[in-house]
Amino acid sequence: MELFGEGFAWLADPANWTDERNGIFLRLWEHVSLSVAALAAAVLIGLPLGLWIGHTGRGATAVIAIANIGRAIPSVGWLGIVFPITLALLGRNGLGFVPSLIALAALGIPPIVTNTFAGMREVDRELIEAGRGMGMRETEVLRQVEVPVALPVILAGVRVSAVQIVATATLASIVGGGTLGEFIVQGIFVRALDRVVGAAILVGILAILTELAFSLLQRRAVSPGLRGQPLPAPHMAAQVGLPPAGPAD
Amino acid sequence: MREGEPLFRIDWVIDNLDEIAQRLGEHVLMVVAAVAIGFVISFGLAILARRFPRTYGPILAVTGTLYAIPSLALFVLLIPITGLSLTTGIVALVLYTLLILVRNIVTGLEGVPPDVVEAATGMGFSASQRFWRVELPIATPIIVAGLRIATVTTVGLVAITTFIGLGGLGYLIINSGTRRFFPTSIYVGVLLCVLLAVLADLALLWVQRRLTPWAKARLG
Repeated sequence: MELFGEGFAWLADPANWTDERNGIFLRLWEHVSLSVAALAAAVLIGLPLGLWIGHTGRGATAVIAIANIGRAIPSVGWLGIVFPITLALLGRNGLGFVPSLIALAALGIPPIVTNTFAGMREVDRELIEAGRGMGMRETEVLRQVEVPVALPVILAGVRVSAVQIVATATLASIVGGGTLGEFIVQGIFVRALDRVVGAAILVGILAILTELAFSLLQRRAVSPGLRGQPLPAPHMAAQVGLPPAGPAD
Repeated sequence: MREGEPLFRIDWVIDNLDEIAQRLGEHVLMVVAAVAIGFVISFGLAILARRFPRTYGPILAVTGTLYAIPSLALFVLLIPITGLSLTTGIVALVLYTLLILVRNIVTGLEGVPPDVVEAATGMGFSASQRFWRVELPIATPIIVAGLRIATVTTVGLVAITTFIGLGGLGYLIINSGTRRFFPTSIYVGVLLCVLLAVLADLALLWVQRRLTPWAKARLG
């Protein structure tokens, strides 16, 4: 148990924060900037894809099957898959930020696609018909009916994705991407357990803050007409053609 | 990566089949142990939540917070308590299964239609007979759905245990793969993880179909 004390002592030493080449501030910045960039990329790719298959129903089986297989690839596996390829293509630039960004974005896409799709599918068909009956165009149905109703579920997916990315950014250090994982991965290697525990505490806090921030966002995004109901849980895996987990009837 | 190192070397795979099989075995053992223990604990928690509904909120909050802690950080934070040991790995993996399993068991049991429960009571079933012979079978598809997600997730998480010195396929991905810039070992590890996850998923689906033949028509 004294290791926790050592971890906190390591965190409490200002010199550990300000070191210009391997300080906590530097690693924290690497961690956050990599995570934000990866989440942005995951949203930019996953959201339109999820909206499209959710709205049209086209290609759903294939996309969801791929997303489910994507879930089976371990987080560390994504880095392992990507970096030999970027290294072969880009030489020295193929280490560090680039493979980390690609791997984290790939990791973050499946939850966004499956939740966007599931959220869209859960929208009451009668609502959509009503929208069409009122003379809305398809894009208006999408923007004014489907997305607002599905938004809490969509954001649940973004939340899962964000937390996974923040958690996995830790592993970027094994391909030279820095981040707080530098203290954990390299620390375990050289048995400097005080900084390993200290950095693990920081990563834990960062992940829980991300979770809380997105829960808050999710709560605020609920359309006023639907407030007062509990927030939807994220869909962990989409099952095409199956009703979402819920009352059997 | 050495100069001119190909992305995949089949001769390495053939030469190291023993090692690969050993790592696969370790991986499977950890997944089975974690999901089995997690299921027993979750079942207890779900029963508790059903009997005392006020406990459900706190149970979800605690398991949800645990779920948000990055795996590598959780493994590391358990080191001061349980050391660099298999226990550390299994405890962390079990903690990750709880949220998914408890939620699906409770949702499954809550989904049993009240009139079915009433009919069973009317036929003279005692509370425990009703639970084991009516409510649990009806809840089985959703419970197994939870098991499938928990299992696939655990297959991925076990790979991280290599950082605390445990074996498994993560050893091939990290220690003999990434650390040595040796892609073949990485791809073998990742491929086997995916295969394992898909096979486990299909096996559980098969079990569910055998347990609930009546649901076949509806589940397709």
